[in-house]
Amino acid sequence: MTFPGSSDVLAQGVPNPWFSTLYLQQGRSELLTALQQHVMITAISVLAGLVLSLPLAVLARRSRLAETLVIGGAGVIYTIPSLALFALLVPVTAYTATTAIIALALYTLVILVRNAVTGLAEVPAEVVEAARGMGLSAWQRLLRVELPIALPSIVAGVRVATVSTISLLTVAAYVGTGGFGQLIDQGFRADYRAKIVTACLACVLLALVADALLVLLQRLLTPWTRTAR
Amino acid sequence: MPTDLWGWLTYTDPAAGMPARIVEHLQYTAGGVLLACLVGLPVGLWLGHLGRGGTLAINVSNIGRAIPTLGVVVLFAVSPLGTSLFALSLALGLFALPPVLTNAYVGMREVDREAVEAARGMGMTPGQVFRRVELPLAFPLVAAGVRSAVLQVIATAVLAAAVGGGGLGRFLIEGLGSQDYPQLQAGALVVAALALVVELVLGLLQRLVDPVARSAAAAGT
Repeated sequence: MTFPGSSDVLAQGVPNPWFSTLYLQQGRSELLTALQQHVMITAISVLAGLVLSLPLAVLARRSRLAETLVIGGAGVIYTIPSLALFALLVPVTAYTATTAIIALALYTLVILVRNAVTGLAEVPAEVVEAARGMGLSAWQRLLRVELPIALPSIVAGVRVATVSTISLLTVAAYVGTGGFGQLIDQGFRADYRAKIVTACLACVLLALVADALLVLLQRLLTPWTRTAR
Repeated sequence: MPTDLWGWLTYTDPAAGMPARIVEHLQYTAGGVLLACLVGLPVGLWLGHLGRGGTLAINVSNIGRAIPTLGVVVLFAVSPLGTSLFALSLALGLFALPPVLTNAYVGMREVDREAVEAARGMGMTPGQVFRRVELPLAFPLVAAGVRSAVLQVIATAVLAAAVGGGGLGRFLIEGLGSQDYPQLQAGALVVAALALVVELVLGLLQRLVDPVARSAAAAGT
């Protein structure tokens, strides 16, 4: 098999270029499948992390002890290397996407809870007082006043969590979740450099695009921060 | 070969047992962190001292986060560098660099400007200001950067096994490949314990050597 447009030749005489347009053509469908898997699992993991993090952040604001326990607990989970956490879950959830989603969602907590706590702490006390004076219940204050004001900080956390999750998810290839990590591993086993490089680049590109989309989303959600700048 | 969890945890084969893999894992970690510190500390501290290159120092962390660790380890393995201890340390060091560099920079920038001005007013040379004022005050953040680099490398060093290297990742990769749950769990427990213990020890170490805390203790405050 020859790779057009490449002059890179290995010692054995077999061409093994770092990048090849041939792979882009031949690997189109597996790249698209991997993209789809990668986007789906990342989206579910980050959303699950976000849904978990908000009540935890509200809880952490209740007392010093709760804050130490919640943030400390998230920190301990984050300290566990990703492949080890995947591996610990495999006997329970087998070689499925669920394994990756549980582990990745737990990893997002360390950043999401911290940012939500910071965001909520930055809500001016007089604003909360004013909302209370207007007769809003604690629940209404949280949903209609405190969370919107904390939103920029929360979205900043979601951005970091999303980018990290996209990168970490490659490791989940070893528990059979597909995505770009699987292509990287297949490329390694077949000594097919173009496949490895393309999958890596696609992964970085996905992270950058996701980050840019989240910036856009934040601008749409918090129109008031634009005039303030 | 062991067949149950306890057997794997107490597997002491000189080449492929738990102690041997722990030593390999720590070698990769030390190599990666050392390389990252050799580059990241001088550059980060210097840029922070000058107050320049902030965008670079901050963005290196953001970019580093987007690059898949597995991809880099595999790319190094299929390159002429191969899977030698040095090559793997270099690959791992790349991921340890962002936290070291960014924290060194931020640590230096957050040093109280008034303390620096006062030191200058006392007639300290720029070198003395750097060594005796900025560095001790920046220490907690700089050390935090090195600590997160160590954890990052312990986690990434697991992937050395994915490209035929050693370390504790061997139990995970082999266990996952052959659905050998006892081996898998033993490897996962030891890696997780190693990360948590190292984090704990480094935290204690940081408190012991923190120059500001030490001089405060010596002054009896």
